[in-house]
Amino acid sequence: MNYNWNWGIFWQAAPGGQGTYAQALLSGLMFTLAVGLLAWIMALILGSIVGTVRTTPSKWAVRIGNGYVELFRNIPLLVQMYMWYFVIPEFLPGPIGSYIKSMPNEPFVTAVICLGFFTSARVAEQVRAGINSLPRGQSMAGTAMGLTPTQTYMKVILPQAFRIIIPPMTSEFLNVIKNSSVALYIGVMELTAQARSMQEFSFQVFEAFSAATLLYVAINVIVLNLMRFIENRTRVPGLIAVGGAKIAGH
Amino acid sequence: MFGNFDFDVIARTWKYLFFTGMTFTVELTLMAMVGGIIFGTILALGRLSHFKWLAMICATYVNGIRSVPLVLVIFWFYFLVPYIGAWVIGSPTPIPVGAFTSSLVTFILFEAAYYCEIMRAGIQSISRGQVMAGQALGMTYFQNMGNIVLPQAFRNMIPILLTQTIVLFQDVSLVSILSITDFVGAARKIAERDGRQAEMYLFVGIVYFVICLSLSMLVKQLQRRVAIVR
Repeated sequence: MNYNWNWGIFWQAAPGGQGTYAQALLSGLMFTLAVGLLAWIMALILGSIVGTVRTTPSKWAVRIGNGYVELFRNIPLLVQMYMWYFVIPEFLPGPIGSYIKSMPNEPFVTAVICLGFFTSARVAEQVRAGINSLPRGQSMAGTAMGLTPTQTYMKVILPQAFRIIIPPMTSEFLNVIKNSSVALYIGVMELTAQARSMQEFSFQVFEAFSAATLLYVAINVIVLNLMRFIENRTRVPGLIAVGGAKIAGH
Repeated sequence: MFGNFDFDVIARTWKYLFFTGMTFTVELTLMAMVGGIIFGTILALGRLSHFKWLAMICATYVNGIRSVPLVLVIFWFYFLVPYIGAWVIGSPTPIPVGAFTSSLVTFILFEAAYYCEIMRAGIQSISRGQVMAGQALGMTYFQNMGNIVLPQAFRNMIPILLTQTIVLFQDVSLVSILSITDFVGAARKIAERDGRQAEMYLFVGIVYFVICLSLSMLVKQLQRRVAIVR
């Protein structure tokens, strides 16, 4: 093993005149968090709608919801990224397509949209599992009380379902942060991409990837503890922990 | 809508895409699945071990791997494997390792963490009475695990293990960052050579969708068939 360790590398100037390597990694971290959080907001909204729709009695709505989930779960995230980046603009009408292609931060926007849709399918699966794990009596009681179906969902079903699925949703949130690394394939300079470019310019492979790994682990630890706190505060009285859907993935 | 599209590019290159690219993807998926399930089962046994230190090492490994993105792990091992190889052989310089070996090692070690969690859940779902009955018959730990617990746990978990393998099949696409010619890598080479990204990636997306959807439907059917009736 004759590898030249040089941990001082982080305080040396990075090429591009933007400051040190440490600052470059931090800017990567910011991009990772920005892509992850924006995509997460989008996924929560879309996923909740699709997941709820999949539990309604309407057959065709359930079918559309199932199709939505299957579409986003059966294409690799990387290929979806390429499709949003290269294919979708071709389908949009001329001026919109060329406007999108000439946006300065197009890779960032594309990454958020792609990751948002991808994660929304997974969120939808969790929301559906959460709603289905509630006893049927809950919605029957709502109907018996004279609530409309919308009121039953808004006031009885969803508030319980969302609290039940906090643990699986936590891992989905960590997934969206990790999956934001796929944005580097279309040129977003997030954390992994910054570590890679640091390795290419400085040849300090293991320092660069160690730093990135530590940052990812730190995000994980912080999020897990925060969510454990929220989970304890919002636990539904009288229920033992009921899991969400067991879905494979990263 | 398809006015500017030139699907002839696919007719010209499909042999390359499937025979070079898809073959690599499928081979890597199958070998990583076998290696990952074996190593993952060992990790699961380690996590459930009575030796605290062993359980802790395995848990740290699994949680560590699970908290970093696959892309970063691919980079790690791409640079690390030559050094590990040098260390194993005792050579003073890093030994060059082929793209296939490097990515195979990566995927076995990475997916093992996920297979481990599945196998752990499977082992824990076996009732304690089964283990106790084995002990009462005078079986050793390994006889008990090998003859009683693991066969049942494995059978219960086959559908989830296969679903994870579909995810692995999709994840193999990420190795194209190392200029490896997997299915996506092959498509990217052609797309960049001919400037036909839109057609190529649309085609790649459809191929993946058809394969993965059929596989997951097969898994659902299998799930109904292997379920142990209690």
